[in-house]
Amino acid sequence: MSLVTQTDEPRPVAQAFKTDAFVTLARRRKLFILIMRIAVLAVILGGWELGVRFNFIDPFFFGQPSGIADKLVEWITEGTSIGPLWYQIWVTIYEACAGFLIGAVLGILCGVALGRNELLSDIFSIYVKVANSIPRVILGSIFIVAFGLGAASKVALAVVMVFFVVFANAFQGVREADKTLISNARVLGASRWQITRSVVIPSATSWILASLHVSFGFALVGAIVGEFLGAKQGVGLLIATAQGAFDANGVFASMIVVGAVALIAEAMLTWLEGRLLSWRPERVAGE
Amino acid sequence: MLPAVELSDVARRFIKPDGDILTALNGFDLSIAPGEFCAIVGPTGCGKSTTLGLIAGLARPQAGSVQLFGAEVRDVDRRVGLVFQQDAVFPWKNVVQNVEAGPLFRGTSKSKAREMALDWVRRVGLSGFEQSLPHQLSGGMRKRVALAQTFINKPEVLLMDEPFSALDVQTRELMQEELLNLWTENRAAVLFVTHDLDEAILLADKVAVLTTRPARIKSIYDIDLERPRAIASLRYDERFIEIARRISKDLREEVMRAREKQT
Repeated sequence: MSLVTQTDEPRPVAQAFKTDAFVTLARRRKLFILIMRIAVLAVILGGWELGVRFNFIDPFFFGQPSGIADKLVEWITEGTSIGPLWYQIWVTIYEACAGFLIGAVLGILCGVALGRNELLSDIFSIYVKVANSIPRVILGSIFIVAFGLGAASKVALAVVMVFFVVFANAFQGVREADKTLISNARVLGASRWQITRSVVIPSATSWILASLHVSFGFALVGAIVGEFLGAKQGVGLLIATAQGAFDANGVFASMIVVGAVALIAEAMLTWLEGRLLSWRPERVAGE
Repeated sequence: MLPAVELSDVARRFIKPDGDILTALNGFDLSIAPGEFCAIVGPTGCGKSTTLGLIAGLARPQAGSVQLFGAEVRDVDRRVGLVFQQDAVFPWKNVVQNVEAGPLFRGTSKSKAREMALDWVRRVGLSGFEQSLPHQLSGGMRKRVALAQTFINKPEVLLMDEPFSALDVQTRELMQEELLNLWTENRAAVLFVTHDLDEAILLADKVAVLTTRPARIKSIYDIDLERPRAIASLRYDERFIEIARRISKDLREEVMRAREKQT
């Protein structure tokens, strides 16, 4: 009784038409882009360095690339003025990660719970918008006063920074869940909880993951600003110390350290996203 | 015998964003016997989908009664299956996972649900695509998944909301045949909503023409074409053409009226 037919073949998966010339061309383009990228960096750094050497730029205020590199080497080999560099990085990552995890879990839970309840969501949606537009970094001052100079105040600030972003996205993701899919699940026999688990959360996943991307950066900002405001350890304190000593190279060096940490975290989140959203159509080649 | 579906004097209204009240259905009566295939045709936006939502228990009427086998519909009923117009298969589940969703929701054991699902995947002709994700399938194949997903629950009342309207003509014809085959085995009462009159006549035992909004039944035609029906050739049969001519005149009046209202 079943009819397998010619018209019902699977959709072809996007795949580049592979001929040698085509591949070579694509490869050449990639190489060219890589070279140009390096060239841009070389021009900027070289210009900066030369500017300092020819006295166009004052290194006292703006630092200089070779000085920054020396500073990084010094920190790595001899440690910083407030202790070993690795330890400062570890403290900051620890605070950011703890804040990120707590904030993300709370944000997802609250976002899904509120998003699934129409009355609550109607009441709270306005406050979500307001809370999202207030600069939350200011709370850091309160947390330092309340929780002291240790890790707790930084974690708290990171939690606040992360929570609202993740919450708002989870909430929105839940509300944007396809009504047809929900109706379908209902008719198929799903209970409210089953709908939440097997329809709403999967469809909100892409929203939530997008927010995790942004919010790890926020967690890092929270931890560093917290340290900046008052701490005994951490990259933020390193920046504050360098600032206090009028050490521009030290500030730039810390910036590079933070940037490296953020890039690594970003790569890990992208990997996670790829795994969790593997059901989505593949992007067309070239993207 | 109790009718499988009975709507009497049903009204359903919506509040539009601008605050006006929109009456989708008013004084709507319809009765479908168990095992009967009923098609509804009507102008676009006349409230056909609303009717299905009421029978499925997804929404409640403001007035009148909606009954399944003599009992008032209060919530989603396990005896009802609904195939949607849009794609309603879960995009993050593969074919088998989609098909087994119903039994799993209803508490069937995992191994039993999987076994049933594999059987249904085969019956709708998707063997070999068990692990494919919906986006890897064609529109027609996704519809097959949706049919299997619905039929696996053995519905006694099958509601279909323009299920094939997004398919190309050839695929649609095949799906119609497929549907009739599946229905012959399962013999549910069917309410098939469509805007395609030919489709309605080819498939149904009776065709109900709706008025423009607020929708009521304007007239009901019995289609006395014998079964099994050969979809491909029946289209050119004299009797089919005669029936189509009769109903289309009726339908056209309503479509024109709907158009006048819009302008």
